[in-house]
Amino acid sequence: MKIHEYQAKEILRKYQVPVPEGRVAFSTEEAVQVYRQLGTGVCAVKSQIHAGGRGKGSLYDPDDPSRLIQQGGVKIARSEAEVREYADNILGNLLVTHQTGPAGRRVGRILIEKGSKIAREFYAGIVLDRQQAMNVFMVSTEGGVEIEKVAAETPEKIVKAYVHPGLGLRPFQAQRLAYSLGLSGPQQKEAARFFTALYRAYQETDASLAEINPLVLTEEGQVLALDAKMNFDDNALFRHSDILEYRDLEEEEPAEVEASKYNLNYIKLDGNVGCMVNGAGLAMATMDLIKLAGGEPANFLDVGGGASAETVERGFRIILQDPNVRAILINIFGGIVRCDRVATGVIEAVNTLGSVQVPVIIRLAGTNAEQAADILENSGLKFQVARDFQDAARKVTAAVKS
Amino acid sequence: MAILVDKSSRVIVQGFTGGEGTFHAGQMLEYGTQVVGGVTPGKGGQKHLGLPVFNTVADAARDTGANVSVIFVPAQFAAEAIMEAAEAELDLVVCITEGIPTRDMLAAHTFLAKTRTRLIGPNCPGVISPGKCKLGIMPGFIHQEGHVGVISRSGTLTYEAVGQLSAQGLGQSTCIGIGGDPVIGSTFTDLLKLFRDDGETEAVVMIGEIGGSAEETAAAYIREHFNKPVVAFIAGQTAPPGRRMGHAGAIISGGKGTAAEKMAALRAAEITVCQSPAEIGANVKKLLG
Repeated sequence: MKIHEYQAKEILRKYQVPVPEGRVAFSTEEAVQVYRQLGTGVCAVKSQIHAGGRGKGSLYDPDDPSRLIQQGGVKIARSEAEVREYADNILGNLLVTHQTGPAGRRVGRILIEKGSKIAREFYAGIVLDRQQAMNVFMVSTEGGVEIEKVAAETPEKIVKAYVHPGLGLRPFQAQRLAYSLGLSGPQQKEAARFFTALYRAYQETDASLAEINPLVLTEEGQVLALDAKMNFDDNALFRHSDILEYRDLEEEEPAEVEASKYNLNYIKLDGNVGCMVNGAGLAMATMDLIKLAGGEPANFLDVGGGASAETVERGFRIILQDPNVRAILINIFGGIVRCDRVATGVIEAVNTLGSVQVPVIIRLAGTNAEQAADILENSGLKFQVARDFQDAARKVTAAVKS
Repeated sequence: MAILVDKSSRVIVQGFTGGEGTFHAGQMLEYGTQVVGGVTPGKGGQKHLGLPVFNTVADAARDTGANVSVIFVPAQFAAEAIMEAAEAELDLVVCITEGIPTRDMLAAHTFLAKTRTRLIGPNCPGVISPGKCKLGIMPGFIHQEGHVGVISRSGTLTYEAVGQLSAQGLGQSTCIGIGGDPVIGSTFTDLLKLFRDDGETEAVVMIGEIGGSAEETAAAYIREHFNKPVVAFIAGQTAPPGRRMGHAGAIISGGKGTAAEKMAALRAAEITVCQSPAEIGANVKKLLG
């Protein structure tokens, strides 16, 4: 699960990780109030969306997406009037960054934050290293730059510490990381304290990513998280009801939110062939097959092991909400679940829906697959029954071309 | 021969009396697997499916001589169940459970490093040596006894591959679902080492997917140390970056872990890489003649 920057900073504050003073605002008036409370001349006005590249992004009018309103989703305001201007320009408008795609994201919240005088910029991040089965703490003197770019071009500038799962980030590791940034004296100690606190926040919240970019050293000598990004392990959210409350449904695709209510794993894509599959690996493979057959997958949809009439019906409804869909491929490998039952479920689902206007190609394999094919072919409904994976591909090709 | 499990494997089921445990223990018994008992804390001393139930794995292992466990325990408690089985010094633990928090799996992984136990999974269909022993949730009937080893990060896609092999008349020595999570017990490379030394296995099918770099590591191992034919497929050639594709471990992050990268690494190791998931069986047939 992803959260906003201001939410990540709220979490970090709880763990004594130093962050700039500031608060979220949902309206221009609120933004002005926060500015007054901060009592500062200079403040940052930061768009809050779940995508990177906000500073270099641009804001557009949602009613006329070709109309540019403001360059930059993050602004430094020097007066109340400027806070008002930037808040007006950002809130309710579309922020387009290199991560949002051309459609952009509507900004509903801004973070108003006390300005900091930056002496130096660094990077600090924690992620899981799957190969080592350990979390890895990374720091770099190349702050404010995308870490992937640093890793690709100057990997020697990333210093790592692998964290033993049972022992946590050891004091010597935190100190070594702090020294590696060229810090000394009280600043080195402060950075080491920062890293220890950040690791604790990451560990105790079951985060899957914590990224501070930039981590700054201020002119006053303070070490501060100027930006903050945290993602969380979905599998661990059951023990973090407070983090679950940070979920922002505005940031998610409505069809995906709806699908998740029914325990369907749906991801919307840009193609023209919808698919409904049991199992995530087979679902990905089915998408690949659609592409090889000359179509483009319109979605990823894993309906799970059961594939009952009810789940198939919901799957149809969700796929058909997408106007780009020109054909649907159902690919079910029935192991424990019998294919004849799945076939009956598909027929029931189509009857409940009334009709499905696009070609439906069905491939059922496994237990009672032959019987299932007969049931589908004799149903009076216009299914195209594929006898194997290859046959399914051919039928998709034909459907896309017609 | 086969790897990991055969007719002599003595199996207990953790989470034995729950819905999943009950159903699949029944299916395993029907297949001929030597299930000798199960564990459900608080139900020790009872009988279930005609077999003894124990409070702890240690009790079960002592009384039944079990050396293998299959875990159907709910996600919140599954990592504990894995560690319990390892503490009881079982040879093999297969964890079917999906949805275990990564932090818990890191703890289990660290714990296991100091024990003799091998872990398969979690979030996997299990292990089957056709005709000998079925441990997990895969449909037994699609398999045939034979000489092709299968290692896969997926569930139903593994069945698809096995179905294609069987349709070509190619039986399997052992099929292992290693699991779709970011932290798993045994990797492609760990199991390739076992298949290398297995006289019965003549070729291996490897089914990978986006995320991580386990396929690249396996490719490097195959190039240096593995001389049996390998056919690979990588799922997720069309998966968008930054999205978790069902499995917790199936995600392209920071531009890393793409299908293209993995396929290139495998091809560089002279492994037959299937572009289409429909040609897995046919490609193995071609190599084995």
